[in-house]
Amino acid sequence: MAHFDENAKPFSHKWLNERLAVDTLQRVLSTEYWIPKNINFLWAMGMVLAATFGLLLISGIFLLMYYQPNVNTAFDSVNYTIMSEVGYGWLWRHIHGVGASVVFLIIYIHMFTGIYYGSYKRGRELIWLSGMGLFVAFSAEAFSGYMLPWGQMSYWAGMVITNLFSGGSLHADGLVEWIRGDYVPGQAFLNRFFMLHVLLMPLLIIGLIVLHFGTLRIPHVNNQDGEDFDFEEAARLYKEGKVKESKVIPFKPVFLSKDVFVMGIYFIFFFYLVFYHFEFAMDPVNFDPANGLKTPAHIYPEWYFLWSYEILRPFPTDPGLMAFGFAQVIFLALPFLDRSPNVAPASRRGLFKYWFWAMLVDMIVLTFMGKLPPEGAWSVIGLIAALFFFVLWIALPIITSKEKKL
Amino acid sequence: MKELKIFGIVVAFTLVLYWGVEPFAHSQMHKHVEGDNLQYSDLKPLKVKGDAKAGEAKAAACIGCHSIKVKNMPAPMDAMASSAAYGVNPPDLSLSGALLDEKFFAHFLMDPAGVTKSKHFAMPPSAFSEQDAADIVAYFKSIAPKEVTAKEAFEFACSRCHADRYGKLTQLGDEPKTKANIKTGVDLEALEFKKNLGTYQNKLADYMGKLPPDLSIIIRARSEHFLHTLVENPQSQLPGTAMPRVGLNHEGMEKVMSYLEETGDPSKPLREETGPKVLLFFLVFTALAFLWKKSMWKGHH
Amino acid sequence: MANNTKGRRDFMGMALGGFTALGGIGALYAAKRTWDPLPSVKAAGFTTLDLSNVPEGVLITEKWRGKPIFILKQTKEMMSKVTDKTKKRLLNIGGDYYMVTVGLCTHLGCIPGYVPETQDFLCACHGGRYDSTAEVTKAPPPRGLDIPPFKIDGKKVVLGEQGPEYKKMLEDGITLPV
Repeated sequence: MAHFDENAKPFSHKWLNERLAVDTLQRVLSTEYWIPKNINFLWAMGMVLAATFGLLLISGIFLLMYYQPNVNTAFDSVNYTIMSEVGYGWLWRHIHGVGASVVFLIIYIHMFTGIYYGSYKRGRELIWLSGMGLFVAFSAEAFSGYMLPWGQMSYWAGMVITNLFSGGSLHADGLVEWIRGDYVPGQAFLNRFFMLHVLLMPLLIIGLIVLHFGTLRIPHVNNQDGEDFDFEEAARLYKEGKVKESKVIPFKPVFLSKDVFVMGIYFIFFFYLVFYHFEFAMDPVNFDPANGLKTPAHIYPEWYFLWSYEILRPFPTDPGLMAFGFAQVIFLALPFLDRSPNVAPASRRGLFKYWFWAMLVDMIVLTFMGKLPPEGAWSVIGLIAALFFFVLWIALPIITSKEKKL
Repeated sequence: MKELKIFGIVVAFTLVLYWGVEPFAHSQMHKHVEGDNLQYSDLKPLKVKGDAKAGEAKAAACIGCHSIKVKNMPAPMDAMASSAAYGVNPPDLSLSGALLDEKFFAHFLMDPAGVTKSKHFAMPPSAFSEQDAADIVAYFKSIAPKEVTAKEAFEFACSRCHADRYGKLTQLGDEPKTKANIKTGVDLEALEFKKNLGTYQNKLADYMGKLPPDLSIIIRARSEHFLHTLVENPQSQLPGTAMPRVGLNHEGMEKVMSYLEETGDPSKPLREETGPKVLLFFLVFTALAFLWKKSMWKGHH
Repeated sequence: MANNTKGRRDFMGMALGGFTALGGIGALYAAKRTWDPLPSVKAAGFTTLDLSNVPEGVLITEKWRGKPIFILKQTKEMMSKVTDKTKKRLLNIGGDYYMVTVGLCTHLGCIPGYVPETQDFLCACHGGRYDSTAEVTKAPPPRGLDIPPFKIDGKKVVLGEQGPEYKKMLEDGITLPV
């Protein structure tokens, strides 16, 4: 039964504690949330992602004040009203465009950090799964957002990606029309993707972030050696004042202070891009208004989708779609395909070390080929890289089951 | 330091990724076209010098189609009538002497369709010797105003075919300010203008093969190099295009480009002013964050 | 707890926090400017009225800055009821007197209706009344209809610009700025 002191002053520390358990919350979520000391700056990528998501949310709120989700006025509402009439509108637009691109750079770094250090096993499977869920949610958010300026790339990306749902030989054209709400991407299409981008996907992302944090709390954050140590013991040492001997640090203020420093460096890089180098995030092709009667000479998705785009391209329609579908979901299976119980950096895991770097290089090669025109040598390299992707996944259970226990 | 090594690897992979996806891929998609620095090398240098006084009499024929506002000479037909007759509206010639390359202008007068490299050009040859051409050019140079604004340059060189809606500029001039009927909301004046504009645009699209694109934001839709080389010689970037070679000189090119930047990237000055301030803020922020980190981590290592 | 927070003030943390707050103020300034009315909205703030053909005693409605504008050319009967005070509310253009006001009740913003029989205005929302010069004659409106900034140009009136007659009205407290 909760105890309430009649003499406690309203909104005082004691009063709040009785009603909201603020002290307990503080302990559990920050001052006694123990983080291993044996980590590096890559462990800050999660907070960097949260900060970038925050920037996207805030800049998105200001864009939302002036954006018009109508096929006749969308383009000018962005490129005229927001870019030249609205006070600092250009700043929010650049932050939003650059943020949408850079967030994926950080997502990939964050993801590959997890793969390298084995942070998807031994109690951390749900962290990995909720994280991959976030990757899918962010991808849907990015795609729906890209539709909104209603430029040439918006229109044709919308046309091509929704065409995927016809399922090749299945010819599910009715499904494609249902998704679009029309025969071609038009007003219905724009409005529903506006709804997805502004309401549904952000709610989903926020929910998944909460889940992601929740799945992290009990297993605790991993460390550079994958060491499974006693957190209770380490916490006790720290609280006794033996901060040098203890293997942990409290989230607040110790881990947070390094986090903020890493974020500072990130923001310098981020805002340099916002002010001086933004064309990669705002492709010139999308500064031509959408024209349903003219396909641009070169269509390509944003860079973060290029690797999976290239897995689709080299194959005939049906195998291509199956390969593409496989590529979207296979990363989810990582905790279960990796048959080794070792939680350790890849450098200490025998063949897995080569698997990791091969995967990383293969995805970069796929990314390059996805952007290059599908001709000559490029399409050959793309085919080899796509096939190699499958080889790597088939090899994973084999090489990890043979891995020596550390 | 291990952490620095890890940071180096992450940066290296990121830079490689950027290189492949941006500069390298784009170099493969768009072959580089060399410009001619507005020398118009395909045209022979003139062997004679022009005389403005002689040119004035020889230029008398021009007002058969063109207006010369600076001399208070109107065109015989307005834009709508010219469009119906020729497909496009002949430009006012007041700025021609200021914005066109002399050599180009002279050769153009002798062979408009050939020199502009356009398949059909409504203007017939208007000078029949190099001396005549040079004299006419000298005359137009003598009457051209000294100060030309960016908008005037665009209007002269481009706006009879290309609109710029962000600059409120149509092929028929500035968008008029009109007032709707208070009882019905009907704005007849605006509707009349829209009808005329639509008629003009339809005729223009027939004449050119398609409607020349609105240039409001072209400065962000194409690179500056592309636009420069395109305006200098449309055929070099868009082989077979109906867009005529205009023959701008350096001042003309500069002024047209600055108008395009006015309508397509008006936030550039403020962006360039705010950038250093924001970056400086984060530099100081990072320095303070580093000091905070050091103070929090004291004794922990 | 961590020994680094035992008793001692976290000066660096406070410095960082304070500096970040400065950045926050900068961001808030940019956000405030984003809410500002757009230049195209502010530029549309001028309307020219041509009063040369306005008939006497008939209410004409125009639009300025999205708001209704009442124009009522005073008849002889109306002028006979006008006092020294209410006369100051009228625009004198070439000997003719016009009431030119924003047609929004100063109580809560409804548009008052003109009653030709009594040659005055009745606001249906809460029963306020105004005379032919738009001076309030019955509560609840706190004052007469507001007069928009105007400049007389021959027989034309430009709303949105402040001419000398308008400035005098402001000085004399005939109207509040709109």
